[in-house]
Amino acid sequence: MTSMKRRIFLKGSLASGALGVAVSTGLLTPRTALAAWAKEAFEAKDINSALSGLFGTSDLTASDKIKIKAPDIAENGAVVPISVSTDMDGVESITIVAEKNQNPLTATFTLGATTLPDVSTRIKMGKTSSVIAIVKSGGKLYSTGKEVKVTIGGCGG
Amino acid sequence: MSSIKLRASTKDGITTVKTLISHPMETGSRKDAKTGEKIPAHFIQEVVCTHNGANVLTASWGPAISKNPYLSFSFKGGASGDKVGLSWVDNKGEKDTDETEIKEIK
Repeated sequence: MTSMKRRIFLKGSLASGALGVAVSTGLLTPRTALAAWAKEAFEAKDINSALSGLFGTSDLTASDKIKIKAPDIAENGAVVPISVSTDMDGVESITIVAEKNQNPLTATFTLGATTLPDVSTRIKMGKTSSVIAIVKSGGKLYSTGKEVKVTIGGCGG
Repeated sequence: MSSIKLRASTKDGITTVKTLISHPMETGSRKDAKTGEKIPAHFIQEVVCTHNGANVLTASWGPAISKNPYLSFSFKGGASGDKVGLSWVDNKGEKDTDETEIKEIK
């Protein structure tokens, strides 16, 4: 861990030039960098509270237009590849929830105007559960879920 | 050395961005094997991706994103040589940023 800290420290001092350039070019604007992290939503222990914290509502409409690509069985719960895509129009955000994780809210992606509603990442799952993808479009929340079996839990708790 | 590996390629009018970020993404639940103490939470909370300075993606992450996070997404447009940038900030206030040029795939 100390080598990681040293690397980050070194990177910080070396990158101060790059960061300065980044700020001046608007790559990392103060507003963006200090945007509030949705702490209550991410720390919520149930899905409804997480969604209310994030969106102000937990009303979901089931949709078959959302595709979740995830393994049926995840050998390693620490690294479960998840892709969410949809052919819906006007998608504002895509959110991933792991139903049985201690804190179900895993990630939320807010899309730019030209960004396709298709994101891929890797998540930790503590145990077999549904992975739920929530797509916000036209101010409404649509969702679908897929069960992922986990043989070795990945949250370390 | 940046913690960010960033690639952006464009084909048929769609640019795909792939990134791999070096970061422990500690949940705060894991115990140190030797001391038995909980390793403090240390995870990326926000990721911002830009194309020629304009936001194309903002991601809010919790500690359940895997260690050494992988992220891939696409956007319409983007030409060879355009700049794609990625920045992250974690719960300790640590941050990093990187930039790459879009490569055209024939």
